[in-house]
Amino acid sequence: MFLILLTSVISTVWAGDDPPTPMSNKDAIALVQTNADYVWTLVAAALVFFMQAGFAMVEAGFTRAKNAINIMMKNLMDFSMGTLAFWAIGFGLMFGASSSGWLGTSGFFLSDFKVGGDPWVLAFWMFQVVFAATAATIVSGAMAERTKFTSYMLYSVFVCGIIYPVFGSWAWGGLFHGGGWLEKLGFIDFAGSTVVHSVGGWAALAGAIVLGPRIGKFTKDGKVRPILGHNLPLAALGVFILWLGWFGFNPGSTTAASKDIAMIFVNTNLAAATGAILAMITSWMRIGKPDVGMSLNGALAGLVAITAPCASVSPLSAVIIGAIAGIIVVLSVFFFDKIKVDDPVGAISVHGVNGAWGTLAAGLFNIGGTSPKIIGVQLLGIGACFLWTFGTAFILFKIIDKTVGLRVTPEEEREGLDYTEHGGNAYPDFEVSSYVQT
Amino acid sequence: MKKIEAIIKPFKLDEVKEALAAIGVKGITVSEVKGFGRQRGHKEVYRGAEYQVDFVAKVKIEVVLEASMAGEAVATIQKQARTGAIGDGKIFVLPLEDVIRIRTGETGKDAI
Repeated sequence: MFLILLTSVISTVWAGDDPPTPMSNKDAIALVQTNADYVWTLVAAALVFFMQAGFAMVEAGFTRAKNAINIMMKNLMDFSMGTLAFWAIGFGLMFGASSSGWLGTSGFFLSDFKVGGDPWVLAFWMFQVVFAATAATIVSGAMAERTKFTSYMLYSVFVCGIIYPVFGSWAWGGLFHGGGWLEKLGFIDFAGSTVVHSVGGWAALAGAIVLGPRIGKFTKDGKVRPILGHNLPLAALGVFILWLGWFGFNPGSTTAASKDIAMIFVNTNLAAATGAILAMITSWMRIGKPDVGMSLNGALAGLVAITAPCASVSPLSAVIIGAIAGIIVVLSVFFFDKIKVDDPVGAISVHGVNGAWGTLAAGLFNIGGTSPKIIGVQLLGIGACFLWTFGTAFILFKIIDKTVGLRVTPEEEREGLDYTEHGGNAYPDFEVSSYVQT
Repeated sequence: MKKIEAIIKPFKLDEVKEALAAIGVKGITVSEVKGFGRQRGHKEVYRGAEYQVDFVAKVKIEVVLEASMAGEAVATIQKQARTGAIGDGKIFVLPLEDVIRIRTGETGKDAI
């Protein structure tokens, strides 16, 4: 009796709906998948955004207390200025329709979004804008403690508006409306070892060369004199934040909620861990002590290197890729010191050099097999990135230097940018002993 | 024997230290100090509001040497610490009664 009553109640409740058919089920499943894609892409975008905090902490920790405010302002403004530049110009250049394969020509000011239309462009834009800002903020570290604030803001508009998106369109344009010459050749760069990190790293190299070293970094007889960072725990916190953010950076680059993200997560973590260990061992052998700065950079080097191959190599390959990255980063830091390029945080070695290594590794360790052609295309992409980014960034910095000036005066540099550029003091309640250390 | 105390701009410390070492000064004591002179501090800004910093960070260096070297040392410090802007600091020259090296008990010139 009760059962009959229950069934009749249920059937009246369901009576208004059409009975499910194979077609309506298929639509419902597709809708769930679409919604999951949105959620995953935007959660990943939030994780990548948090990397801005990581970069800010790494840079602040590895530099002197008298420049901490300036570093916070640079990191805040390269994201903010970069967001507007990417919205107005960059996204269109990178992902707009591209008949030539060299740059996109539509979709400026997010014009692809129409009210009532498909909002996917918004989710995709959000994920891409945090990538563009990552490329921009890498440069900040290499140019720390001596760059004019206004000039730095000018630079960040150009890198997010033009330099990054044009190269991006060659490799990633096809992810949306575009289609670049490099991706048509089969270039593998899943999450941006080259597109994001090498672009940031090579622009950083150009900036550090045009600026010249900080006062006191090299003695008159050419020896390297370390300028100690004021807060290593802060730098370490920054590296852990970046590591966390990378779990959005790499697995999020599926821009789809799929089972593929599991292997990407694992590869990302394995390479970071191996990079940290090998950088520690390399520094231990070279300096005699397990160096914290090198070990932290080793983790970042592993992360940068696995960014291109994270979706197309086995976990064992990820370990090897991270290990080599950890060794390369230490040797690279010594190399840039030797040729007198002053990079306070090691951004060129971490992002430029290991971005190139990761891109090459994507060809060498490709899970579907490798060939001279695959490796050739990877090398072509690495070379094209260097030529385009270093070339345009070098010209940009030179023009800024000749017009508004790129570097502060020696007096301002010695006094510290916090007081001279921003009129403040980051640690007013502490005895700051950054002066009496050499 | 003389003792020279100089209050200088912190970022000038390196240059002063190297120049003093070059003329044969054997030891320097350095401390971080705060103070004001005719410069009367400077203004900083916090969340849009200006405030006066009365005591500006400086470095004090102390050097002990034979009286014959004092003139050269003063000239060296003045040359290296000078920027020409307000707040370059001051040099004080004091007579010194005695010096004792703690480890050996040497006194006077031998202990410098």
